[in-house]
Amino acid sequence: MIRTLFTSVAALGLAAAPAFADTFVIRGETVWTGTAQGTIENGVVVIEDDRIVTVGGADTEVPGGATEISAKWVTPGLIASFARTGLVEVGAEDSTNDTAAAMSPFSAALNAADGFNPDATAIDVTRIEGFTRLVVVPNTGNALFAGQGFVADTSGDLDTELDEKAFTFIKLGEAGASLAGGSRQSAMALLRAALDDARSYPARYITQNDGAVLNRIDAQALSSAARGQQLILIEASRASDLNAVMDLAEEEPSLKIVIVGADEAWRVAPRLAEMNIPVIINAFSNLPGSFEKLAATSENAARLAAAGVTFAIANVGDSSHQARLATQLAGNAVANGLSFDDALAALTSAPADMFGLTGYGRLAPGAPADVVGWDGDPLEVVSAPIAVIIAGEQQSLESRQTRLRDRYLSLEESERPRAYTRP
Amino acid sequence: MRILYGLAAVCAAALLLSACGGGDDADKAASSEDAFDRNPYPSTYAPYPNAPVLITNATILDGEGNLIEDGSLLLQDGKIVALGADIEAPEGAETIDATGRWVTPGIIDNHSHLGVYPSPGVTAHGDGNEISAPVTAEVWSEHGVWPQDPGFTRAIAGGITSLQVLPGSANLFGGRGVILKNVPSRTVQGMKFPDAPYTLKMACGENPKRVYGYGGGRFPGGAPYSRMGNVAGYRQAWIKAAEYKRKWEKFEDEGGEAPARDLELDTLAGVLNGDILVHMHCYRADEMAQIMDMSKEFGYKVTAFHHAVESYKIADKLAEYGACSSMWADWWGFKMEAYDGVRENIPMVHKAGACAIVHSDSDVGIQRLNQEAAKAWADGLKAGIDIPKEVAWTWLSLNPAKSLGIDDRTGSLKPGKMADVVVWSDDPFSVYAKADQVFIDGALMFDRDHPETNPVMDFEIGQPGEGDRK
Repeated sequence: MIRTLFTSVAALGLAAAPAFADTFVIRGETVWTGTAQGTIENGVVVIEDDRIVTVGGADTEVPGGATEISAKWVTPGLIASFARTGLVEVGAEDSTNDTAAAMSPFSAALNAADGFNPDATAIDVTRIEGFTRLVVVPNTGNALFAGQGFVADTSGDLDTELDEKAFTFIKLGEAGASLAGGSRQSAMALLRAALDDARSYPARYITQNDGAVLNRIDAQALSSAARGQQLILIEASRASDLNAVMDLAEEEPSLKIVIVGADEAWRVAPRLAEMNIPVIINAFSNLPGSFEKLAATSENAARLAAAGVTFAIANVGDSSHQARLATQLAGNAVANGLSFDDALAALTSAPADMFGLTGYGRLAPGAPADVVGWDGDPLEVVSAPIAVIIAGEQQSLESRQTRLRDRYLSLEESERPRAYTRP
Repeated sequence: MRILYGLAAVCAAALLLSACGGGDDADKAASSEDAFDRNPYPSTYAPYPNAPVLITNATILDGEGNLIEDGSLLLQDGKIVALGADIEAPEGAETIDATGRWVTPGIIDNHSHLGVYPSPGVTAHGDGNEISAPVTAEVWSEHGVWPQDPGFTRAIAGGITSLQVLPGSANLFGGRGVILKNVPSRTVQGMKFPDAPYTLKMACGENPKRVYGYGGGRFPGGAPYSRMGNVAGYRQAWIKAAEYKRKWEKFEDEGGEAPARDLELDTLAGVLNGDILVHMHCYRADEMAQIMDMSKEFGYKVTAFHHAVESYKIADKLAEYGACSSMWADWWGFKMEAYDGVRENIPMVHKAGACAIVHSDSDVGIQRLNQEAAKAWADGLKAGIDIPKEVAWTWLSLNPAKSLGIDDRTGSLKPGKMADVVVWSDDPFSVYAKADQVFIDGALMFDRDHPETNPVMDFEIGQPGEGDRK
């Protein structure tokens, strides 16, 4: 009895330790703020509870009794601005994959937050590479409308707070044409009709269950977006498809639109900038991988920056397990002409602004304390975080992968099989 | 090499004088080499001309484990001529001052599907998997390679000088791979690495059983339906191949009528003869162990396991057997057999004394294999596996060259080898480093700052992109 009690207290203490918010003094040889403070050499970030309270130089006054962390670099927590992390455990195993529902009777009404699993191993894998927030995007099943996306932190806590229904996701271009029955004109007709249905919700559904294309439930789910009260994330790549989205935005100026993919965005960059439509790009895209990406270039990011387009960088191609590679993507964008500051902003402040994550993506007094300390330049492939803080709580840097690695660092089995090693 | 490649090589063998010298008794030769042409689609590649090039003041990774500061490298007549501190420029040489820059052997990707799954990836371009049956050792990837794939041009910008194009992993036996120089050509023959061995692609695990067992919308689709069926399928094929090989050996010993040819068994017997190198897609540690036993059962050798996501669990056994592992730095989780991927797989394999290779299997990854190696190198270092960069570079050039049987000619900067060389703008273990110049057999085939030396394939001409950086 006594032994049981002791064990459970010890377990409680261990489990509870990371949950206590603390005061942190984080010193960085280079502190990238993402604000007017710019980059501070030998800077200091002070965190109290779940907020950043001070960002300054070496002479910053710091509170006593704080946990001190020293890093080469300090940045805001990174934001994976196009992720499916937490919706899928093993890509090819349908039973573990909640990214899409090809057989569902609903589309826009599918709320991805209902499928989120904070225990997904990819969340730890992503967090320990410096990502503290995920913009989780459902995939399309049998319709243009994939459903409602959300924003989550990467703590992996079972009670992770979700910013549900942060946006609705729609595919145009080749994928949209296919989903709409076979052509782009069908996709655009469907989209316009759906927006009409959604705007007329609930009036037109009082006497009937179906609109021109949306049933009552999907129309209800799309109504905020159709009325300009919710962000619409649209996938499109070809320059003419991007123009079609901008035409729609001109017809219906209340719509709040972000475009993802945008492989040919550099060709319509001035119009995107003028209409203030942000894009999320895959900075590796430089091949004519399809006929909607014939003008893909590794200089897309640099050209968008030069034209004044707001953009984020994400691993659009492998967004569940490898969302973490966005740092490498951003580093390659720098190698291809983008400024370092714009590249890091594309992983922090830019996506925060796109998705209305007020205060995130910057190191500023009063901002939520998502902070990462690094052992080097965060965009370098050889760098890694040494400390990840989410909402003022220091996070574990372990993942299932690091546990497996540690089990097999030695292959010695003369005494017992490796199965007895739990590092 | 028991079977010789190319008519010239055949003629060089004294015992076959009759076949080449126009002798009268040619029809009496009872030899499989005589019975049919082993190399009916020969390489027509020849190095392009270039003045001698002296690269000076560079940080050089020689590809064999050495780092040379302030080094010089002389390329002449397509070959590495000298490597060292002070090298005199021969007459007419062009000198490249590589101060602050790094020089390495060209990167060799031993797992690519460029050409067989080219860009654009439209339905008509799906030439990488002959899915019609689980055993298709009779197909050759070179017959599916589209030399106009723009992916080749992006790969050269990433420092790729040679690559292996493999069939896909749908089949138990997917067919022959082909080794190419990454030099644009109107024909695939114009890209083929001269006198390189042939390879055979095989596949373990989920793909064959999914494609056949669950394929075609039928249930069950056919064999193999399980991993048991996979292994039975390999073994049955090897038994047939051994019988075929015996028939040819009998013919060679006793003469008479040549056995009926079988394209599938030509390839499998070539493996049993030791002429064709086996490259096997295999993720799980326990499966690789089974395959190593199977290779002993039938008397051949697996040259390299590909993807090999769990090699870190049996790195000691792989070292003992002598198979290379051709790996990604960090791909994982897209299917069950990739679930146990770790970032340190490559350095853990290296540390055990086994042959480690960084591969791409991707038209994106092939553009930056140096970064993939850098990630693995850094993750290894953080886990306590300290491998010098100059040793880690063997993952990118020499080890893949060994796995393709071309390490006597390329894969390092050893004098006498092909001058396949990359000049990097910076330390290639940095994300910011770019391949400034790429030499293949001593010819400048890519120069970042000179658009006239950036190849553009036919497909891209007249399109809005026309290359990466129009």
